Amino acid sequence: MFKISPEPIDPAVLARELRDPAAGACATFEGWVRNRNDGRAVVALEYEAHALLAEREGGRILEEALAKFPIVKAVCAHRTGALALGDLAVWVGVAAEHRGAAFDACRYIIDQTKLRVPIWKREHYADGTVDWINPAERKAP
Amino acid sequence: MTVRVQYFAILREQRGVAQESLVTEAATAGDLYEELRARHGFTLPQERLRTAVNDEFAPWTTPLREGDAIVFLPPVAGG
Repeated sequence: MFKISPEPIDPAVLARELRDPAAGACATFEGWVRNRNDGRAVVALEYEAHALLAEREGGRILEEALAKFPIVKAVCAHRTGALALGDLAVWVGVAAEHRGAAFDACRYIIDQTKLRVPIWKREHYADGTVDWINPAERKAP
Repeated sequence: MTVRVQYFAILREQRGVAQESLVTEAATAGDLYEELRARHGFTLPQERLRTAVNDEFAPWTTPLREGDAIVFLPPVAGG
């Protein structure tokens, strides 16, 4: 399940969807709102998504992860709307028989989500300016 | 023909509306983007965007039909 969430993400609720008697490992990733990006002081940000296409493309990423890695379940949720520093922006959880595949699939899902899912980020800076982030124009990956 | 266009993120800001219906003679989704880029001064070149027609990702060469819903997707930045 890949979910675009206008409401705060509750990891405990999502983690329940991973429970499976065949799973001996669970790897999760949390992306948080950070106070600095590309050398600029960030005070808040907004995420916007094309929810339908995002959930469809995100669902494809989860299907790919289930096909590529020996895992049991995978879940991802991404916030939209206004977020403050420290807020949970994205959560990925993978349950697998063993830890190696759980870590690998978790990494695959967050990397592909950042590359492919139609979600956009608008940063608010300490100097009062705002900017839509365009990853191709940035120095850091 | 009349089509519906939806804008997101920086394109929405540069266009000033989130969606509009418009009359066009553009043969493809790519032609329509170029027409709108010339009209509204969009800064992003077509090769940096993706397009979706009727809620599915689609190639820029997709022919347009009466009533199509077209979305232009700026470079994504989730996570």
